[in-house]
Amino acid sequence: MFSFKDVYITDYFTIAGPFERKSGIKNCNLYLEDDYYGEKTMEQAEAKMQKTVINNLRDDKTELIVGGDLTNQLTAFALSTRSINIPSMGMYSACATSASSLITLSAFIQSKLIKEGIFITSSHNLAAEKQFRFPVEYGAPKPLRSTSTATAAVGIKLSKTPSKIKIVSATLGKTIDSYIKDAHNMGAVMAIGAVDTLMKHLTTTKTTVKDYNLILTGDLGKVGAEIFKETLKQEHNINIKNHLDAGAEFYPNFEYAGASGTAVQSLLLVTKYIHQKKYKKILFLATGSLHSPVLVNQKNTIPTVTHVLYLEVEK
Amino acid sequence: MNKNKYLKIVKDLTPKEKRLENSALAFLMGGILGFIAEAIKLILVNNCHLTIRDATTWVLMIYILLASIFTALSFFDRLVMKYKCGLIIPITGFAHSITSSALDYKRDGLITGMGASFFKLAGSILLYGIISAFFFAIIKVIIYV
Repeated sequence: MFSFKDVYITDYFTIAGPFERKSGIKNCNLYLEDDYYGEKTMEQAEAKMQKTVINNLRDDKTELIVGGDLTNQLTAFALSTRSINIPSMGMYSACATSASSLITLSAFIQSKLIKEGIFITSSHNLAAEKQFRFPVEYGAPKPLRSTSTATAAVGIKLSKTPSKIKIVSATLGKTIDSYIKDAHNMGAVMAIGAVDTLMKHLTTTKTTVKDYNLILTGDLGKVGAEIFKETLKQEHNINIKNHLDAGAEFYPNFEYAGASGTAVQSLLLVTKYIHQKKYKKILFLATGSLHSPVLVNQKNTIPTVTHVLYLEVEK
Repeated sequence: MNKNKYLKIVKDLTPKEKRLENSALAFLMGGILGFIAEAIKLILVNNCHLTIRDATTWVLMIYILLASIFTALSFFDRLVMKYKCGLIIPITGFAHSITSSALDYKRDGLITGMGASFFKLAGSILLYGIISAFFFAIIKVIIYV
């Protein structure tokens, strides 16, 4: 567990895709008219989303950009940062990239190596489908347990300048085996990791789930959220009532299990939950399913990792 | 945590697919495709003076062309999601898999992108189709000789 004393969220910028706008995602700074965002390919559109976010957040004091996405070899991150002229560091922990990047930036700021940095992440439905699953236009039938990658980009500026949102502590999770081989059931893959790191955080901070107003998991989806709650109940005798899953909340009235993607959780955090008065103490559990097409084709069980951030919001 | 205990929780809470509904829809769509194909074949045989063998080839070509155009017009994927194997198993599925791969990689270069990924999904169908055709041909020879 790491404690931070002088790390604050001072600004953020969000972009959502057309489907997300139709699904009722509110308060984003920008909505795309179409999936291509004026570019020729999906990957370039994703990079442009990231670049727009960075350009809206950067100032003279920005010393470091940390972030990542779901494209192969962080293609979008590489394209977005190549002309920004600020030192950058790409990270990949699937959908836990948000927390691993935020923790890294917080550590840099806390240790006074930098004064201000930007976290950036994005996911693009069509780029992710192409890479992880089938060609976009193939429309491969999806089972009910599967989630759909959201098109969105989020940037968060961290700084030592005090603001109303403070990053108080963080716990880095271990990569563990989910025992699951089915890449459609990402909720089940990640739920076991979420339970593991949550328990580690609660033990080391000597807190209980009731000490937080909101426990926000990343993209477990409806199926994964149920598995998460049931595992906590059966394994640790914890009945969790203040839990929300960003993936399950993202697309209301969605036939499948919900949304996934690196941007889902941080987008709902900054556009929705930090503005609601009842959530002052937020535990941010970023869950990542560390699968790749190679890993799945070779019949491995899928590794998972969850990192935890604890945020306090002054109302 | 215990592997079997976790896998049991997952199994209990993972929603079951609507197999009956999915099969019925696929059966219906497959049947409709077959019905239309038969109708086109009869029209070709009766009105265009084609042999049954040539008419069948024309029907297949019409289906391949239509499936590819519908994929390019970006609504065939929604039909596939709904009717699943009713559209994937007939020749329409084969055409659709090739067109959708080609569309995905059209900007990644003619050789390394589209060319290399053209048969990304259909490659398996071709390979195992040819292998099974070989073995069925042997069986046919044994039976009829």
